[in-house]
Amino acid sequence: MPETSIKSRPVYGTLAPQPGTRHILLADGDGAAAIVDLARAAPPEFFERAHIITAPAAGAMAVRAPLRALAPAVLDETDRLAAALSRLAEVLAGAGMGTRLYVAGTEGTIGQAMQVALDAGVELGAIATEHRGSRARRVQCAHCKTFIDEVTTQPVACSGCGLMLFVRDHYSRRLAAFQGVCVDAEEPGSAPTPEEVFT
Amino acid sequence: MTITFRRETFRDDYNFSNSAVGIRRFPFPFDRDHYMYAVNIEPHVKGHPGTIYESLIDVDEHYVAEMQDRALVLAEDPLRSQSLPHMELAGWDLLELLMEQLAAGYPAHFELRRSGKRWRWVNRPLGIDDTFVFGAASTLPYGPMEYITRQAQGDFCILDQRDGNLWMDAGMVTTQADWSLDFDLGMNFMEWHAPVPRAHEMGVFDRALKFMLNLGQGQPMRRFNWTMTVNPRLDTSPETYPKWGPDRRSVTADNVGDKVHLRVELQSFWRLPRSNAIVFPIRCYLIKLEELVTVPKWARRMHRVLRDLPPDLVDYKGLTRWRPIAVDYLAAFDDGAATSPGIWPD
Repeated sequence: MPETSIKSRPVYGTLAPQPGTRHILLADGDGAAAIVDLARAAPPEFFERAHIITAPAAGAMAVRAPLRALAPAVLDETDRLAAALSRLAEVLAGAGMGTRLYVAGTEGTIGQAMQVALDAGVELGAIATEHRGSRARRVQCAHCKTFIDEVTTQPVACSGCGLMLFVRDHYSRRLAAFQGVCVDAEEPGSAPTPEEVFT
Repeated sequence: MTITFRRETFRDDYNFSNSAVGIRRFPFPFDRDHYMYAVNIEPHVKGHPGTIYESLIDVDEHYVAEMQDRALVLAEDPLRSQSLPHMELAGWDLLELLMEQLAAGYPAHFELRRSGKRWRWVNRPLGIDDTFVFGAASTLPYGPMEYITRQAQGDFCILDQRDGNLWMDAGMVTTQADWSLDFDLGMNFMEWHAPVPRAHEMGVFDRALKFMLNLGQGQPMRRFNWTMTVNPRLDTSPETYPKWGPDRRSVTADNVGDKVHLRVELQSFWRLPRSNAIVFPIRCYLIKLEELVTVPKWARRMHRVLRDLPPDLVDYKGLTRWRPIAVDYLAAFDDGAATSPGIWPD
């Protein structure tokens, strides 16, 4: 049912230490393990120049302890993605040349962190990403423009206007969202039953 | 040349139609009896009087009604016109280009007088007479791109050139074949074309991008694209799909000649002088099948193209539901005779 992958569909890599004067790393609860994995390949001084921002679910010590053990220069622990993103914006505003950004987690986390970074003037090529965790998507309704987080089904009901949306692979970095288009516009009421596909 | 502008609508009662002269000058896009993607780019140079190439920015009998329809779209959805902050200079480039072309091509309708940076622009069909300072956006009622594209037929995308790619960073898009400027804004050439089937694998976009990156100033180029639309609706956007989607079920053997329209896009590409951006006007022309079949060559060829169109293109263009009805209708005008080469009527 989903469209086969297309050229606007984001492609993610594997986090690896890059040469740089400062390293900003952002991860959600799923992505934290990617930072731990990166640490295995990092030179000793890497985390002396590292600023880690985390947004795991509240109280998830299992996620936090391994990151604390890396002893980064700065560790910002938040329990909401929105808080982590605003912290990222502040940090990037003061970041100089040679700053590297690493983002790991769900597609929604990566997309929104990239949106903040691109708005702050970070070059696309200076952002490393790694997908971890669920394949839930952030979707924008093409009709009422509402953003719907954590979409796991195809189709999905818009939380704004209620239309049943087909979630396309077409993706906007500027909006940090996949496009959702009414699936039964030609024959209202004919939408298929949603199935869990982005898991 | 003086044009008589038709009073017509592209929504609600849909009373759009082409005059007999309008039919003869319609840009029929098929130069042979079958269709497949091709880059098909040629220099955008002036052609014969009585064709859409008489002037490089074409104004026709639908001008006033199309501008009224655009204003209605923008009133409902201002995001159809957007320009990222670094694109204002390109907007002034476009304003200059369109004012010069309109005034040169249609002096009875448009007039541009320049005194240094102080410009006076007269648009008689729309009743506009404005004086402004070129380069000073505060002296216009809208930003320069929006100001002038509210007065020019067709959609306009302005593409910034950097990092060996083109970026859709500004545009006025209200007569589109089901794509969203608001969603695609900021994307590069490959990204905004991502949903198009087949063409990527055929290398069409690689070749087209390479070509466009080398576009020279003063050497505009052009190509056709096409689809088909039920009802003469200019604004077939993703945003409004719930409004026009049901129309696709309304086609019957009785109304197909009036309801189904061939929709042709004349796409042209122009390098802009100050910004080095490219403006990409996408001019939409509509013709009813019952108008199209008055030209025998076009009727025969349209029948063959539509009948033999590959299934993935049928789906992509949104023709699936009613194509058999349209093919049957056109078959009655196809006697099997050979068609002459080229797009022009015999």
